[in-house]
Amino acid sequence: MEKRAIFGGQTLPYLLLAPQLIVTVLFFYWPASQAVWQSFLIQDAFGTSTEFVWFENYQSLFANREYYNAMGTTALFSILVAGFSLSIALLLAVMADRQMRGAMSYRTLLIWPYAVAPAVAGVLWLFMFQPSLGMVSRGLRGMGVDWNPLLKGGHAMTLVVMAAVWKQISYNFLFFLAGLAAIPRSVIEAAAIDGARPWRRFWTIIFPLLSPTTFFLLVVNITYVFFETFGIIDAVTGGGPAKATETMVYKVFSDGRLGGDLGGSAAQSVVLLLIVIALTAIQFRYIERKVTY
Amino acid sequence: MSLRVGLAGVALSALMATGALAQTEIQWWHAMTGANNDVVVKLAEDFNASQKDYKVVPTYKGSYPDTMNAGIAAFRAGNAPHIMQVFEVGTGTMMAAKGAIKPVYQLMADAGEQFDPKSYLPAVTGYYSTVKGEMLSFPFNSSSTVMWYNKDAFKKAGLDADKPPKTWPETFDAAKKLKAAGYATCGFATAWVTWVNIEQFSTWHNIPIGTKANGIDGFDTELKINSPLHVKHLQNLVELQKDKTYDYAGRTNTGEGRFTSGECPIMITSSGFYGNVKANAKFDWANAPMPYYPDAPGAPQNSTLGGASLWVMGGKSAAEYKGVAKFFTFLSDVDRQAKLHTDSGYLPITKAAYEKVKASGFYKTNPYLETPLLELTNKEPTDNSKGLRFGNMVQMRDIWAEEMEAALNGQKTAQQAMDSAVQRGNAMLRQFERTVSR
Repeated sequence: MEKRAIFGGQTLPYLLLAPQLIVTVLFFYWPASQAVWQSFLIQDAFGTSTEFVWFENYQSLFANREYYNAMGTTALFSILVAGFSLSIALLLAVMADRQMRGAMSYRTLLIWPYAVAPAVAGVLWLFMFQPSLGMVSRGLRGMGVDWNPLLKGGHAMTLVVMAAVWKQISYNFLFFLAGLAAIPRSVIEAAAIDGARPWRRFWTIIFPLLSPTTFFLLVVNITYVFFETFGIIDAVTGGGPAKATETMVYKVFSDGRLGGDLGGSAAQSVVLLLIVIALTAIQFRYIERKVTY
Repeated sequence: MSLRVGLAGVALSALMATGALAQTEIQWWHAMTGANNDVVVKLAEDFNASQKDYKVVPTYKGSYPDTMNAGIAAFRAGNAPHIMQVFEVGTGTMMAAKGAIKPVYQLMADAGEQFDPKSYLPAVTGYYSTVKGEMLSFPFNSSSTVMWYNKDAFKKAGLDADKPPKTWPETFDAAKKLKAAGYATCGFATAWVTWVNIEQFSTWHNIPIGTKANGIDGFDTELKINSPLHVKHLQNLVELQKDKTYDYAGRTNTGEGRFTSGECPIMITSSGFYGNVKANAKFDWANAPMPYYPDAPGAPQNSTLGGASLWVMGGKSAAEYKGVAKFFTFLSDVDRQAKLHTDSGYLPITKAAYEKVKASGFYKTNPYLETPLLELTNKEPTDNSKGLRFGNMVQMRDIWAEEMEAALNGQKTAQQAMDSAVQRGNAMLRQFERTVSR
């Protein structure tokens, strides 16, 4: 017979849940509801005059061609950053998982970049690729490439993608490595005895067993690209040239913080929030089915 | 008895201690780094040592936009500083925030301090005053746009290093010669792309940036930066960008290093670049007034201010305002202004300080410190050249820069870019107007 612990009374469960609930309400629901409220207002920067305007901020947002441009840029940026950072990290983790000399120091070195703040990472890359002074751009120029992220949108995009990917690889690497360590050696050895080559072993055994990790990282990476990369973009390109690197979250930041348009910025945050909720829902609804736990 | 004396002594020393602590603290938020930060700290220390009642506490709050945002956030949270340094493009936003600020003319009158706006340079007064001539903020560090050039490079290219180009066509020719002489990646460049090529460009040619005296007469203003002359200038830059005779150097001053490194032999940027040039340029250099188009009627007119001014925040006590007013009187002192100017390279803000430095013969050995002053005082300011005051200016500058970038990289024609800059800027002005009209 199964034994169950039965707690009497109604209060205890709520009491046990309370800390988590309080934290969630205080640090998520309250600020989020503030953003929703703000998005219905038109206000000057100092908050000395306020007008309630219903959905006007949203209307002007969706009538604005630049906003759709930012959406497109965000989609491209997310696909590139999530794609590159996940695949490069996976490759590195599979390499690091092998038995080899100096594996520990190799792993440690790969984890270090995660300790660098996004804005600092951005500035590091900016220095290397600065059109006239950077080391890398001098090399590129030497090879006859007219490297100019100040005026060429593609170059600027390449630069922010590289910085954002570089920053996220360590985090992904760490999780992939842990995931790989959890795969039982015996299964892989059995496959090897059956004559499966490394490539086949990876795709039929290792990758499916890694799928929970990959799925988790996909969700985390999308959130990272959506919310945490504005520091990099601000430090490297400031959204330019001619809006080529202005993602939605950077637009929220620049309109609200630099421009003082709090209503419009809040409306954008709400739209962004809805998009991320929808994306996460889609991920859990459709992609999670393919995940084997 | 002895106990009582002891207690009395304690009470007395406590009284004296509170007496010493009764100094009114004046919070001063600023955006000055490096040598300029030292100037700010020194000014505060000197003021604190000069009297006992007030104590000015300077705090560095990051870049200009950062400092402004920190001040706005602090105001919304109910603990704004007393004095806030705001860069010139924030002027429109600050003056529209009625109730959030205390106008300087009113502050000085309330505190009974001597204050005559006429003693300040007209270009300065115009920028920070209402139509009625009431000064709203206190000018602090002012600069203007000048053309810095590399004399060694000029000699190398067979140009006369003592006769810098005066007009834009001459500048383009010089840049082409410099490019042929080995400066292949950058004949000339401009930092602060919109400030130099739109804002200062307009006042220097006496053409409007916007209606209503560039926004000074009211917020219902419309942009005029798609005029034939504006478009012609951008079109010239676009043509020259193709072979790097002109090379775009970014929206802020990050590209200035290309002058000191020797890559760009001509850099049109702030006169505040002086300290950096003096410390880092390993070649013979000088500066000259901004170029102009000789076929533009009346050009050159006069340049307008850059830099920042000090705004006094609202809602403070009379005692605190008295201290702020005393501090401003302290800053206006002729000798202090003259020294500030010759030490830091900032412009002297009063006529008396300018005259004093001129009389001392300082400019004979340091002519590049007078260049921006000669530009500012070149002619009596007109409605087009008094200054500019647009709301959302910080954001609008980015929009203008975006459009110029689109023209420079070939996505749009110069005309399309400037038309779009006007249209998008106007939308932003209308939104700003709504938030201030109530």
